[in-house]
Amino acid sequence: MSRRIVNNLATSVFILCAVIMTATLVYLLGYILTNGLSNVDWSFITSNSSSSMEGGGIKNQLWNSFYILIVTLIFSVPLGVLGGIYLAEYAKPSKLTNVIRTSVEVLSSLPSIVVGMFGLLVFVQYAGLGYSIIAGALALTVFNLPIIVRVTEDSIRSVPKKQKNASLALGITHWHTVKTVLVPAAFPGILTGILLSAGRIFGEAAALLFTAGLSTNNLQFDTWNPFNSDSPLNPFRSAETLSVHIWKVNSQGIMPDVDEIASGSAAVLIIFVLVFNVTARVIGNVIYNKITGSK
Amino acid sequence: MDNAQKTETNNHRLLKKNGSSSKRNESRGKVLVYSSAAIVIIATLAITIFLGYKGIRTFFVFDVNVWNFLTTTGWDGTENSGAFSFIFGSFAVTFLAALVAAPLGIGSAIFMTEIAKKWGQKVLQPVIEILVGIPSVVYGLIGVTVIVPLLRDNVGGLGFSLLAGMIVVGVMILPTITSISADAIKAIPQDIKDASYGLGATRWQTIYKVIIPAALPSLMTAIVLGMARAFGEALAVQMVIGNVKGLPESIIDQAATLTSIITLDMPHTTYGSVHNSLLWSLGLFLLIMSYVFIIIIRVVSSRRKV
Repeated sequence: MSRRIVNNLATSVFILCAVIMTATLVYLLGYILTNGLSNVDWSFITSNSSSSMEGGGIKNQLWNSFYILIVTLIFSVPLGVLGGIYLAEYAKPSKLTNVIRTSVEVLSSLPSIVVGMFGLLVFVQYAGLGYSIIAGALALTVFNLPIIVRVTEDSIRSVPKKQKNASLALGITHWHTVKTVLVPAAFPGILTGILLSAGRIFGEAAALLFTAGLSTNNLQFDTWNPFNSDSPLNPFRSAETLSVHIWKVNSQGIMPDVDEIASGSAAVLIIFVLVFNVTARVIGNVIYNKITGSK
Repeated sequence: MDNAQKTETNNHRLLKKNGSSSKRNESRGKVLVYSSAAIVIIATLAITIFLGYKGIRTFFVFDVNVWNFLTTTGWDGTENSGAFSFIFGSFAVTFLAALVAAPLGIGSAIFMTEIAKKWGQKVLQPVIEILVGIPSVVYGLIGVTVIVPLLRDNVGGLGFSLLAGMIVVGVMILPTITSISADAIKAIPQDIKDASYGLGATRWQTIYKVIIPAALPSLMTAIVLGMARAFGEALAVQMVIGNVKGLPESIIDQAATLTSIITLDMPHTTYGSVHNSLLWSLGLFLLIMSYVFIIIIRVVSSRRKV
């Protein structure tokens, strides 16, 4: 009899664990959204931030976040996809392959602050880029590369072998097979991975503190000449992103509405991260159903 | 005649396709793929070399004593600075966070794989993914606005404390531990479980005597990966831990970690000064630790049975 009681007790403990975890998430999201969204309105999203006065917005920070995200993806997606193709298709079991696998593992487990320090040293100082979008994006590339490599390798490996063999049997060369058969078949998986990583990049702050900088110009959204220092497109200007803004406002802000700005920014940040996550999931599911034929 | 001509042009086209141009394409593809792989290695090497160089430099250029640096407290930005309190703080936050997250994470993993196999997975999988996706500054912000005041009112102290760091980082590494544990438990062959149930064992007995021992190496891997993430976490910890440079006397005392001190001091030091150089040594310590975590994971998972 007592074994039954112990069993039930254990079951309830496991249920409790799952409940705690789910409740934590629900509370977190609920808290951020209810607390934050009341501070978010159109003028908050569309006005310049203020360093000392009330009523600053997040227009430039939001723009910078997206700009850095896009530049990072431009760097890291081609590199990462090609690296993943190497591991899935070209790597023979050798020392070199081992070194690459270890490198991917090391890169993916590096603390983001260490990536930021490396970026500060190499991109900001040695390469002379200064605190800039491009230095931030290069640091984030280091951080994002292993994720894309892994996702690509996994997606290509999950393409049925038959498809590849059929293509090779038609006399199509290996690289052409990769380009026209494997990558298209693996594309949905890769896209899902890229979107998930985009959510991570969008929220990353530690690697950007020392690379993209802690300040931003008040951008002129009518000057699209990328060499103008106030142009939104200028990749060589320092650019505080939304997540860095939350950190900075919280730790050094002197404006009277610090809490409102921080919670409002957090709500906006979370919404975008959720959008990336949900889009990735939806795309993943649609494709899964298509491939497996289950409705 | 017309047909023969067609065949010939066709042949010509095919030959051309299979001739030198496709060979060139083939090798161009190879070059692209191999150079991308090389960039991955170069990036890793570059990080190791540059941080190694900057970190070790402190001990030669400024004559800082390594032993002194690692084992004494007192951080004033001079040659006599010791980083022990930050090293202690980092390890304390890491172990405390694992203490929170490991039981909760493994418990949730068992729930979604053994207890509610169908809908448990459906509910918890998105929960895990969203928890992973929440940026660390947002965790930090919630730590500052919710957990710190809560601790200040109910536990005592300032609220900014090791305890606050433990809670915030514990939640942050929870999804990592849960998802890897769940994968490990799912990988256990159904036969083993069926054999246990067949002998009349209850679910708890099966979990405790069969599933956990069989998945143990993978569960350990999950915990170590979570700890690696906790050790390197910067902003969320920095926001809630108080950043006091002495050793904490209790769990409700303020403390500092390696990452939090780098975050705070880096912008205020001049490039090339002793203080700045000391921070690079802390960075090197973080890098070495992430190698150590990888080695631990390799050792642990080499004992994996499933």
